[in-house]
Amino acid sequence: MQLARVIGEVVSTMKDANLVGMKLLILQPLAPSGESIGRTLVALDSVGAGVGEAVFFVRGREAAFPFYPAEPPTDAAIVGIVDHWDVE
Amino acid sequence: MQIARVIGTVVSTQKNRKLEGAKLLLVQPLTLEGEPRGVALLAIDAVGAGVGERVLVVIEGKAAGDALGRKGAAVDAAIIGIVDSVDVSD
Repeated sequence: MQLARVIGEVVSTMKDANLVGMKLLILQPLAPSGESIGRTLVALDSVGAGVGEAVFFVRGREAAFPFYPAEPPTDAAIVGIVDHWDVE
Repeated sequence: MQIARVIGTVVSTQKNRKLEGAKLLLVQPLTLEGEPRGVALLAIDAVGAGVGERVLVVIEGKAAGDALGRKGAAVDAAIIGIVDSVDVSD
């Protein structure tokens, strides 16, 4: 899992049937320092996140798990909204 | 998922049995500014996309197999949505 900032959203009308009703958000991964690091990506939202919020997300096959028993074809999903984080 | 542009089609007659009937497209991943990013790849089309369209591509085997509707297919990328609009806040 990784920290990220929600920086936008994607609208798609024509999509896989298992994605109907799901929210597609654009993520910018963050370093622990809070700086942007790495490539932006699009993730499915499972927690009601919105633009501007810090979140954490999971990649890979496990990204479909939060939507069980639905099995949306996704490789990334937001699984938590971060209230705050601290680095020693 | 990545935002990409469909830049071509791929025709293959002799292929793995599990890929029969699958539509293969060449997609070029894009930055949020719309510039090409990284190497183009082949993806299964699950939504009826066409050349020139902006699409959403999953790059993960299980998801791609689900999009194709076949378990155990040897695929690692699939187009699962056509992008209507992208809204990025600064």
